[in-house]
Amino acid sequence: MTYDPLKILESTAVPLPIENVDTDQIIPARFLKATERVGFGENLFRDWRYNQDGSLKNDFILNNENFSGKILIGGKNFGSGSSREHAVWAIYDYGFRCVVSSFFADIFKNNCLNIGVLPVQISDQFLSQIFDEVYRNPKTIIKINLLEEFISVEGIEKTEKISITAYKKDNMTNGFDDIDYLVNIKEKIKNFSSKRNF
Amino acid sequence: MGKTLFDKVWDSHVVERISQGPDVLFIDRHMIHEVTSPVAFIGLKNRGLKVMSPERTFATADHNTPTKNQHLPVKDPLSANQLKTLERNAKEYGISYWGLGHKNNGIVHVIGPEQGITLPGATIVCGDSHTSTHGAFGAIAFGIGTSEVEMVLATQCIMQVKPKKMRININGELNKGVTPKDIALFIISKISTSGATGYFVEYSGSAFSDLSMEGRMTVCNLSIEMGARGGMIAPDAKTFEYVKGREFSPKGNDWEKAMKFWKTLSSDKDAKFDKEFSFNSNEIEPMITYGTNPGMGLSILQKIPSKDPEKSENISYKKSLNYMGYKEGEFMLGKKIDYVFLGSCTNGRIEDFRAFSSIVKGRKKSNRVTAWLVPGSHNVMNAIKEEGILDILENSGFELREPGCSACLAMNDDKIPKGKYVVSTSNRNFEGRQGPGARTILASPLVAAAAAITGEITDPRKYL
Ligand code: SF4
Repeated sequence: MTYDPLKILESTAVPLPIENVDTDQIIPARFLKATERVGFGENLFRDWRYNQDGSLKNDFILNNENFSGKILIGGKNFGSGSSREHAVWAIYDYGFRCVVSSFFADIFKNNCLNIGVLPVQISDQFLSQIFDEVYRNPKTIIKINLLEEFISVEGIEKTEKISITAYKKDNMTNGFDDIDYLVNIKEKIKNFSSKRNF
Repeated sequence: MGKTLFDKVWDSHVVERISQGPDVLFIDRHMIHEVTSPVAFIGLKNRGLKVMSPERTFATADHNTPTKNQHLPVKDPLSANQLKTLERNAKEYGISYWGLGHKNNGIVHVIGPEQGITLPGATIVCGDSHTSTHGAFGAIAFGIGTSEVEMVLATQCIMQVKPKKMRININGELNKGVTPKDIALFIISKISTSGATGYFVEYSGSAFSDLSMEGRMTVCNLSIEMGARGGMIAPDAKTFEYVKGREFSPKGNDWEKAMKFWKTLSSDKDAKFDKEFSFNSNEIEPMITYGTNPGMGLSILQKIPSKDPEKSENISYKKSLNYMGYKEGEFMLGKKIDYVFLGSCTNGRIEDFRAFSSIVKGRKKSNRVTAWLVPGSHNVMNAIKEEGILDILENSGFELREPGCSACLAMNDDKIPKGKYVVSTSNRNFEGRQGPGARTILASPLVAAAAAITGEITDPRKYL
């Protein structure tokens, strides 16, 4: 999946201070019937965002006009559960490029990195500071500097390091994905495969 | 330094190590289904790539299929289209496809072992998080996203940073009425749904080695619910016995060669784990969940815990209990239920149906309960009929549906209505997982059977 390179992102953010947000909440299974990647952004957080009759739930943060931006800030253990990449498509297609949390589920994190959403894992303490600051001032600008590997927040003195492997950073800042790499070493893989006995 | 079981399998599959980056890992078996593969095939087409090893790829229809009247055309146009797309892609790329009605059809993690696709020491992936099931054979098996499905289709490899290693030890005989599902729910309740995030787990000790292969599958299946990438159990005589002679397992000389490798598959005495947990099997009782993640579980006799309202994480706890309509300090025993779901890749195998029928035999289903009994595969369905289990079920007022994922993820019509309580043998009690507003209580087939008879949460031990 190709995506736009991400080097430095400066944006306001949407706070979602709920823990253990699982991918069934991000995109419920009944919206997984598509055979193309279209329309997922509309159904992001479907059952939290809409009533069953399709009207908006006013108390959900995505429906609150004060909050918007390219960064989603989630509670601890974000993205647990199903491996559906559709969850990350929904996040990307809605317009987010970065999810900040103090802990991510593994498959979710891989899926993010594969399609160009940057997962930024920070300390619990920094996370709660950011929640406070963003609620106090929804216009707060958060800066994600992937090139220099740090996250900073307007109005908070502290910054934290973004931890990412050199390989994935290179991908993300150039918009590459793993398939490009693997296709290049195809002969080596074929050779390996021919020596397997099952 | 010694190697762990996990190291041995992983290291034997590394095609290339990227410094400061992931390993390129060769994949022996790739299972695909209708929901997470279509966009991967589009990607493949857009790049002008082919499927590198169709013979290592297996396709089945399970997530989105009806569990009634499978001989008729699928009614929902979106589901029908998804199934057709998989069939078309499989044909175009030369992949074996077991669609609705095919004798090998069933839930991807049930049919893999049945057909001998699942092997010890293999690497197995699928676009479904419960791929961890196959770890029961001493394989490295884990769920992947659609981009990775595309990657494996195109190159038979995946790029992954090697996870850390955890061992969970449980020794001793299990208490009466305690099933593999209870062991897993017990572990998750102790270490939480993120307790093993970043790790690959090895289950070790007599509590696991004493289990049947099917029981081991149930345990490994739930590894993902503690956050782990996957879980595995060292293969032994039971494993080899199970694998031997199945349709896709190695034969003759290949079998001998494979056995040589498989017999080396256990953790060395001096192998180091990054983290270890040990529990006693006599601590474990029949388990049940009361909240909206699988870590919110307790022994069926216990009360729902009370939490300090001042702490921030307890906002999520309150939200969860509100969703369930439960209060802190209440007993789960005696709570009314509306539905029972027996099935899924966690508990949809023949031994699960045997366990369920052992309790309902000679008793009647409660009138307030709607029960959906869904076998994990055609093979399981046939065994249910051949062993006379179907008669037992029907005499007690139950009916059997046709195989598929069904209410485990409620993509098809099998949705639990809003606000209703379901005792489910599946793996996730997330909000809305089994239908918008559905309230899920996870439990073993024994607990599900007892609840189906009484219409309320009941200790199954009184029927054993
Ligand atoms: S039964 Fe449930 S968990 Fe298992 S493969 Fe199907 S949807 Fe996934």
